[in-house]
Amino acid sequence: MAEKQIDDVTGTATTGHEWDGIRELDTPMPRWWLWVYYGTIVWALGYVIAYPAWPLVNTATRGLLGYSTRAEARAELDAAEAGRADYLAAVAASDIDDIMADDALRTFATAAGAAAFRVNCVQCHGSGAQGSAGYPNLNDDDWLWGGTPEDIRLTIAHGIRYEPDPDTRWSEMPGFGDVLTATEINRIALHVAAFTGGAGDADADALAEGEALYLDNCAACHGDAGEGSHDLGAPSLRDAIWLYGSSVADITRQVRSPRHGVMPAWQDRLGETTVKELAVYVHSLGGGE
Amino acid sequence: MSDASKVEIFDVEAVNAARTRDPLYAARKKIFPRRVDGTYRRLKWAVMAVTLAIYYITPWLRWDRGPHAPDQAVLIDLANRRFYFFFIEIWPQEFYYVAGLLIMAGFGLFLVTSSVGRAWCGYACPQTVWTDLFMAIERRIEGDRNARMKLDAAPWSAGKLGKRVLKHGVWVLVAVATGGAWVFYFADAPTLAVDLFTGRAAPVAWFTIAILTATTYIFGGHMREQVCTYMCPWPRIQAAMMDENSLTVTYNDWRGEPRARGARRAAAAGQVAGDCVDCNACVAVCPMGIDIRHGQQLECITCALCIDACDAVMEKIGKPLGLISYATLADYQANMDLATDGGTAPIDPRKTHDDSGGLSDKVASFHLRKLLRPRALVYLAAWVLVGLGMVFVLMGRDRLQVNVLADRNPQYVVLSDGSIRNGYTVKLLNMVPEPRVFTLSLDGLPGAGMSITGIDDPAAATSYTVEVEPDRLRTLKVYVSQPRDAIAGTSQHFTFAVDEQGGMGESASYRATFDAPAEAVQ
Repeated sequence: MAEKQIDDVTGTATTGHEWDGIRELDTPMPRWWLWVYYGTIVWALGYVIAYPAWPLVNTATRGLLGYSTRAEARAELDAAEAGRADYLAAVAASDIDDIMADDALRTFATAAGAAAFRVNCVQCHGSGAQGSAGYPNLNDDDWLWGGTPEDIRLTIAHGIRYEPDPDTRWSEMPGFGDVLTATEINRIALHVAAFTGGAGDADADALAEGEALYLDNCAACHGDAGEGSHDLGAPSLRDAIWLYGSSVADITRQVRSPRHGVMPAWQDRLGETTVKELAVYVHSLGGGE
Repeated sequence: MSDASKVEIFDVEAVNAARTRDPLYAARKKIFPRRVDGTYRRLKWAVMAVTLAIYYITPWLRWDRGPHAPDQAVLIDLANRRFYFFFIEIWPQEFYYVAGLLIMAGFGLFLVTSSVGRAWCGYACPQTVWTDLFMAIERRIEGDRNARMKLDAAPWSAGKLGKRVLKHGVWVLVAVATGGAWVFYFADAPTLAVDLFTGRAAPVAWFTIAILTATTYIFGGHMREQVCTYMCPWPRIQAAMMDENSLTVTYNDWRGEPRARGARRAAAAGQVAGDCVDCNACVAVCPMGIDIRHGQQLECITCALCIDACDAVMEKIGKPLGLISYATLADYQANMDLATDGGTAPIDPRKTHDDSGGLSDKVASFHLRKLLRPRALVYLAAWVLVGLGMVFVLMGRDRLQVNVLADRNPQYVVLSDGSIRNGYTVKLLNMVPEPRVFTLSLDGLPGAGMSITGIDDPAAATSYTVEVEPDRLRTLKVYVSQPRDAIAGTSQHFTFAVDEQGGMGESASYRATFDAPAEAVQ
């Protein structure tokens, strides 16, 4: 070992290491520092005894306190569930108009409905409930079967054209391809498009012929002026919202061989409470009546 | 026959031989600071009284904020995420005021440290204040330095045990009171006090008190100077802030050296004698246990008690005061040059004294004017600017805020009459402890109307009355729709205006965007 080097200013020994003329003092550590170090070891031993620590083949030591993160998470979930219990009971016991009238209950049901919607409904109606061709947009104010909270609840509960459910909403537009000629169907389409100014420069005779054909074949369900009917699920033909397109060609195709969407009934799968929550949520999207 | 002289003897030693091995650890050496009186001791008592009073009394001050907010003047309400400071209420998003305070604290520390050294350490640091308090208790029970040393060395007896139990008992009481006062800043003090005495306080209160009791007792009673020397970063940082014009506690060896216990005898023997009589009073009173005569050192917290001790001795022997004094390095160096002829000769104290034994006129001495130097003024200016800026911002800050989040999915909805609807989440923040009523209106979107979920107002088209609870945020779902023939672009800007009805008449607005599909634009 090299000779001990003593720093002139402090009188302390140096480690002998030198960087650009700066030498490191070899000041002894305070003794209590060592005690703190031993203290952490003792603490660690206590920790190993108190908490799960040693991995075994299939499990691990449990620790005297019996702590587990899984149990803690379970307890938190239970607490959250218990916090919701009162609201859930109130939703289950109230009919939907009472839920709508109660601020706190409506807020709860909207949030719960939003969660259920993200799991069960987004596959067809989209994550923003904006729908797509053939799948109705739930944000707007156009409703095939009615847009009051109770109407919406009924639709969700029993579905649309869903055969297994005897209470399902049912209507089916006949295909006119076998009944009318292609020209007649085109005339009807022109008349329907004219409700919303979409007939272009079609001549008056064709439109008049279309109107007569419409009144004979279509008005029973869609109304003389094309206003539609919630009872029959017949869409309004006078508004800006078209499930299968608004052009004359789109309308022609739909009159010739209509497409019908099917929505399953949810009551048996999700239960009455969740269906109510879903209805409240859908109603809250802005278009509810 | 063996012949040892044939064996070669090696000049070597084991690397770990006890003789060459330094110990890795050093035990703490006990320090028994002697009691001292004087200017700085009195200043320290005063600072201690003020700081302890602030600490203990603050949570009990009341401040009336009306029925909707707590009436505690200083309260950190963690559960509700509010901080109350007299007339100021801070919401979590306004936490940048705390950043401002920290910047001010930083500049304040620069200013103080560059001017008068580690004054924070010596006078105001809680570690210093509480250690001082613990030492005062110790002195009252066990006596002054000599008595304490004797007691420490004495074998255990009933008397010693009694004194020790009493001392540690009082220390623990002080520690409990320290931790106990801390929790009052976080809850209504009178309520919490009752809860604490009846055992109904929250576990976190007990836990906090226990931790602070332990740290106060250990740091103030047992570790003391070890905290400053080994645990605290400030000694290192503050040393870097000082320069040659910073005041610091200095032993003026240019007049003290060479030390002589008998100055007359030394003079009679023809020896030169400085003012220092080597009585070690400065060492005996030092709470850090160091000798200031070794010069500035890391351990020195500049509490200035050695100045008091030395001045008392100088007075007794009729020498000028200030052998140990607050001095700048520049003055010290000038005087040192005077005493040593610019470092060419050993210290000759006669060169810094006049014939009558007083200090020579040539000796540089400190004047308060020297504190007013550019560096200090820059720090002061920065400190004042930040402070004024904070006051300015605080006075004019909003107590009403509006945040708007536009629906992104879907961006817009086509309604049956062809008009376009956008959805918004509007958040109104009423940041005063009074219920307020606002008018939320739509501005700058031609022909548009709005509806708010949960607020039925048949007459409303562009303007709603909205009540917000005191000190609360209210979230509104707002739908805005514009007739198709009024749509002027795929992305139009408009304003949500919020105006208070009555009260302070405060208003706020948010510039929002209204999206529409390209085919809807005329």
